[in-house]
Amino acid sequence: MQDERLIIAGREFKSRLWVGTGKYKDFVETKKAIDAAGADVVTVAVRRVNITDRSKENLLDYLDPKKYTILPNTAGCYTVDDAVRYARLARASGVSDLVKLEVIGDERTLFPDTAGLIEAAKILIKEGFIVLPYTNDDPVVAKKLVDVGCPAVMPLAAPIGSGLGIRNPYNLKIILEMVNVPVIVDAGVGTASDAALAMEYGADAVLMNTAIAGARDPIAMAEAMRYAVEAGRLAFKAGRIPRKLYATASSPIEGIL
Amino acid sequence: MQILVNGERRDATLGTTVGDLLRELEIRSDRVAVEVNLEVLDRQEFARRGLREGDRIEIISFIGGGSEELIQ
Repeated sequence: MQDERLIIAGREFKSRLWVGTGKYKDFVETKKAIDAAGADVVTVAVRRVNITDRSKENLLDYLDPKKYTILPNTAGCYTVDDAVRYARLARASGVSDLVKLEVIGDERTLFPDTAGLIEAAKILIKEGFIVLPYTNDDPVVAKKLVDVGCPAVMPLAAPIGSGLGIRNPYNLKIILEMVNVPVIVDAGVGTASDAALAMEYGADAVLMNTAIAGARDPIAMAEAMRYAVEAGRLAFKAGRIPRKLYATASSPIEGIL
Repeated sequence: MQILVNGERRDATLGTTVGDLLRELEIRSDRVAVEVNLEVLDRQEFARRGLREGDRIEIISFIGGGSEELIQ
């Protein structure tokens, strides 16, 4: 039975559209897009503070951690050690004990190294992290991640930034059936219909960055995505008609002249 | 003494703490994580942890972005 609220690890989220913060023109645009999307979960990357350029503003000056759930990611980590290190640093900042765990396996596709991902997840879960893993569309891997303690899984729709939409809807549906935790489709969304589709299949949320930030009009696209996620979710809960090969007349035969 | 901060050499006086360093750099301590010689520090240690010659310090915060940023 689907609860309408999105609940992960005991935390409640209002919006089922999660957004990333990369590739925007500036922080002002970032905030406008996030608000147009109605998102309350935003992902951020962990990096060195720029100590030489003091004028550099901080992202958190625009995104109040009290108003938004800041979800640090381990973007750029290709090894278990790096991902674990970055996760620990993210948590030490005091902003969040959630982590979107990324262990990247390949530079061109940015697909996850699933073996490393599972290993890093195990380590971090033992240390009390709430691990949300960026994974691929393999249901076996998704199940393993849940078994080691991840309270949700984040299977990719397609390569990060590719805009291809859901490449393997069949696997996504299998994942939705096989795991009993929230499934957040993450990466590869291109336009509104992709997000709506993910929700129609039964995903619990969608995470996207490039689809909004890279659009010609990011603010408009953010709004489109907001409606798409809502529409997809409503359609899923409404229960669609089956697909049929042949017509089923909508009007009765009686009364025909 | 000389220390390394975010990969850059820097002079510091003996007895400088992590908290002192953050103040010198005008960095808010409530927004960052600090690592000294690969050890992630607890926030409460900032005031107590004295820096020594050759210490490698990483001051970390959050930026907008994800993995796609790297392939630019």
